[in-house]
Amino acid sequence: MTPIEWQIATISAITPETPEVKTFGLSLPAWMRHQAGQHYDVRLRAPDGYVAQRSYSIASAPETMGRVDLTVEHIDGGEVSGYLHEVPMVGDRIEVRGPIGGYFVWDEKKGGPLLLIAGGSGVVPLMAMLRHRKAVGSTVPTRLLFSARSFDDLIYREELAALAADGSGLEVRFTLTRSQPPGWTGFTRRIDLPMLTEVAGPLGREPLCYICGPTLLVEAAANGLGDLGIAPGRIRTERFGPTGS
Amino acid sequence: MTDDSDDIARALVLDGNAVAGEMMAMFGVEMTTSASECAHCGQRHMMGALLAYVGGPGIVLRCPSCEGMMVKLVRTPAGTYLDARGAAFVRISAAS
Repeated sequence: MTPIEWQIATISAITPETPEVKTFGLSLPAWMRHQAGQHYDVRLRAPDGYVAQRSYSIASAPETMGRVDLTVEHIDGGEVSGYLHEVPMVGDRIEVRGPIGGYFVWDEKKGGPLLLIAGGSGVVPLMAMLRHRKAVGSTVPTRLLFSARSFDDLIYREELAALAADGSGLEVRFTLTRSQPPGWTGFTRRIDLPMLTEVAGPLGREPLCYICGPTLLVEAAANGLGDLGIAPGRIRTERFGPTGS
Repeated sequence: MTDDSDDIARALVLDGNAVAGEMMAMFGVEMTTSASECAHCGQRHMMGALLAYVGGPGIVLRCPSCEGMMVKLVRTPAGTYLDARGAAFVRISAAS
């Protein structure tokens, strides 16, 4: 079995994360250890031969043996995400291949300091990195800047708060661009240069940066980090859009 | 006029990570960390960093430095067409 071959996964858990986001735990007959940041391709086939395929980032740490968690945002009109959110139940089977990718990955050997920037469900591969960091007991200085529309759209909010409080050197900053709850003390705007300066500054000149989210957010953040003098070779990006692969 | 439509077009651009599975299926090895050189501007980038346009019938990969077209992949029932005339080279790693 290789990552190129399709296999039939069994859905072992479905966990709502936010109103638009669910995590699907998959049991795999041919589980392979992944790298944090990799994804799986999911393929749906209709009886008439029509095929739809999308890529979804792995949310779980590589240390979670035998299972992978894929966190999927429901995209309006999305063929695959719409199906996944509405149809399957625990025990159902879906066709997947992976783990895939090697560019947007982090493990503790790559070191830090680590700057993670997420827009919406772009937090998913970064969560795999944070869960891996936790699983191996890493204390590499790490900052996560997470942009979402509203408080309810903050995926993994409670787990992120717990990770940030465990004394391992992780700091999490949120920005809510559309609405904020009463008493909100985080950022309230789209990611911009002053925000990046404030969040990245304490990490020094050479943080290792991973940015994942909608294309325009990724480009704004990557350009801003360039303006701060961070070398292009230290910045890795993953764009996602309304269409997958 | 141009600003909004440019933004919308730009928002649809993905990167080489998004087609990692397709590339792996085609070349037999992980490709997103493979080096490639743009034939237009000479810059080298890993395949995962190339700009990917996936909205059409095939996949188009462009150079993130000059946006020149580097690679086109079109899968048909008869097979897959690869047009890489915009790439000076693409390294395909030895299978691990």
